[in-house]
Amino acid sequence: MASQLPIPKTFKLFIGGKFPRSESGHTFQIRIPNGRLLANAAKASRKDLREAIRNSRSAQGGWSRRTAYNRGQVLYRVAEMLDARREEFTGILIDGGSEAEKAKSEVERTVERWIWYAGWADKVVQVLGSVNPVAGSFFNFTVPEPTGVVVHSVPDETPLLALTSRLAPAIVTGNTSVMLVGEGAALISMSFAEVLATSDIPPGVVNILTGSVTDLLPWALGHLDVNAVDLTGIPADLPDELLTETAENLKRLVYGDPLAASPEVISCFLEMKTVWHPIGR
Amino acid sequence: MTTENSSFGLDYAPAPESASMVQFDDEYGLFIGGCFVAPKSGQTIDTINPATEKRLATVARGDAEDVNDAVAAARKAFEEHWSSTSGSVRARYLYRIARQIQERSREFAILESLDGGKPIRESRDVDLPLVAAHFFHHAGWADKLEYAFPNRDIRPYGVAGQIIPWNFPLLMAAWKLAPALACGNTVVLKPAETTPLSVLLLADVLNDVDLPPGVVNIVTGAGATGEALVKHPDIDKLAFTGSTEVGKWIRQSAASRHLPLTLELGGKAANIIFEDAALDQAVEGVVQGIWFNQGHVCCAGSRLLVQESIAEDFTDRLKRRMESLRVGDPLDKNTDVGAINSAEQLEKITELVNAGIAEGAQMHQNSCKLPDKGFWFSPTVFTKVQQSQRIAREEIFGPVLTIQTFRTPDEAVEKANNTPYGLSAGIWTEKGSRAHWMAMRMRAGVVWLNTFNKFDPSSPFGGYKESGFGREGGIQGLASYVQDSTGSF
Repeated sequence: MASQLPIPKTFKLFIGGKFPRSESGHTFQIRIPNGRLLANAAKASRKDLREAIRNSRSAQGGWSRRTAYNRGQVLYRVAEMLDARREEFTGILIDGGSEAEKAKSEVERTVERWIWYAGWADKVVQVLGSVNPVAGSFFNFTVPEPTGVVVHSVPDETPLLALTSRLAPAIVTGNTSVMLVGEGAALISMSFAEVLATSDIPPGVVNILTGSVTDLLPWALGHLDVNAVDLTGIPADLPDELLTETAENLKRLVYGDPLAASPEVISCFLEMKTVWHPIGR
Repeated sequence: MTTENSSFGLDYAPAPESASMVQFDDEYGLFIGGCFVAPKSGQTIDTINPATEKRLATVARGDAEDVNDAVAAARKAFEEHWSSTSGSVRARYLYRIARQIQERSREFAILESLDGGKPIRESRDVDLPLVAAHFFHHAGWADKLEYAFPNRDIRPYGVAGQIIPWNFPLLMAAWKLAPALACGNTVVLKPAETTPLSVLLLADVLNDVDLPPGVVNIVTGAGATGEALVKHPDIDKLAFTGSTEVGKWIRQSAASRHLPLTLELGGKAANIIFEDAALDQAVEGVVQGIWFNQGHVCCAGSRLLVQESIAEDFTDRLKRRMESLRVGDPLDKNTDVGAINSAEQLEKITELVNAGIAEGAQMHQNSCKLPDKGFWFSPTVFTKVQQSQRIAREEIFGPVLTIQTFRTPDEAVEKANNTPYGLSAGIWTEKGSRAHWMAMRMRAGVVWLNTFNKFDPSSPFGGYKESGFGREGGIQGLASYVQDSTGSF
């Protein structure tokens, strides 16, 4: 019966809230571990990366100027949308080679992590900021602000939770992100893009590119409109010398534990601003 | 020397601070493992007084082998005792350093002015009090780190390499040493080529307070010495304050080795005057912003942005005030603007100023007669400035201000942020909501509202964008000198 014949899906990229194909026309196949074709996905090019960074930059100002309360609700909405599709995402992780129990747990932890970071939106400033007792008649305070546009190399292991653990702490404070996802994590990441697209995340705040992280990352390291690069999922075959590219605009280099959840991870994507004002009659 | 002031027809009798109260050696070796040793390089550098061009002393020019010895001494001190020295004991050492500096403050201030050219009024009233305060503030953190970093298992990096500039030699040493030692690191410190003496005098203080040998090592020298420190494989953390150009080179070297790094680099700060500002106070703020320390200040307010409606009036007031500045002998207590730090820096300032004139900007200068010997540059203001001109874009690091205008707050934000730098900004307005609206939008690490060039050990300092990363001062600054026990940073 025709209705039982599976329909291999065509995944595209997630840029500026839309799902375009790669401008290069390149694709790759996603197969389940026994070899059956499951889907096709887009292999992002340098030009796609530039487009994603451009969209991130456009979205950053508006996103960072939303109230923390609002950003918290937007992140919480992501958790809601994913929670409603828990079984589907467990199945996708199993298709990607995960064991059933581990897949179920990964989805649950991912939902919990979005909720956890949602709650940080209006607490970061109080935990990481300060009022400073300077020796003089001044009101002096320090507030964390988002660093800007962040490009992340997403770890392949435990892909849904790893992507969340790098993305949520970046965007919760008003950064915008471009996630570079390797072929091994493409299936779950692009499925998750559909969750993001139907949540309240504004276009451009999150962009996801699939393909070769080894090919894409060097362009990100040298791009002058990128403020930070998250190297948590840096491919083992990427030569260390390429990191010298980041010196040109002194972009921030972020390293971390792929699955860590803490305010220190949030602080990796922040700048500290100190403001002085005299006190007088 | 009598300084005439043409605006008011007043003469000032010289009021020089006596240089005789500071004793320093004619020749210095490297401070390694708690004592001065002859450099293995066998090479030396003369350090001169930039106000007279006379030689003050001869210091060692350390090479890679000397740096290696210093790192080894720091490593040994870290492994053998400093890493296991309790926070409360580290605190005691820092408190003792702070007190010794307070006691010998005048001596240090004179030496700072002799070697660097800055007015005694500033070294005495700004640099030295802040140096002592910085050690005192960080002393108290040393035994409270678990409260600064709750829910984290933190430890020091180990050996920190620290490279400091010539504009605030002792203050920059304090900014680097105090948090590093408070957090339990040991240090190899490299002062700038032209201003080594106050840091070498600090070695005396460190020995007087019985700081254990090797906890702080001082390697004098020039660029190659710094390069050897940056490239040394056994440092665990690197902190640099200096030019963006050198900072980028250091970043290249550090990034490919995944070496933890703090950079405090150049700036081209906007100082923004709205039409409702208290104009006379704002004029003083602009003076403080650009002529403090001859403009040798990374966070100097070197780009004045004035609202169009008051631009002419404000420029006139500023020019009148500029004319009243006294340029001359750094040791004279009446001096407002001292000597340019070096012949090399004077050449750089002159080159950029000439470029400004050639590109069509209009120059206005203070008419104070400059001394015959030494390195000097008159306080200078440029009007008719275009954003495309080099004087509006490049860091001059001298007493040179450019004036541009704006009409709306949005335009002020746009112009202020139109630079790859992001260290500081100044905003002058009597309207509180606008002041904070502007402060939120400045892509800069320090924003001064109705004030400028204020510093405090509890107030984090550092840049956005190409002005660097990491903070110095306060609880946020401590974070630059600890790592999580997992080793990730």
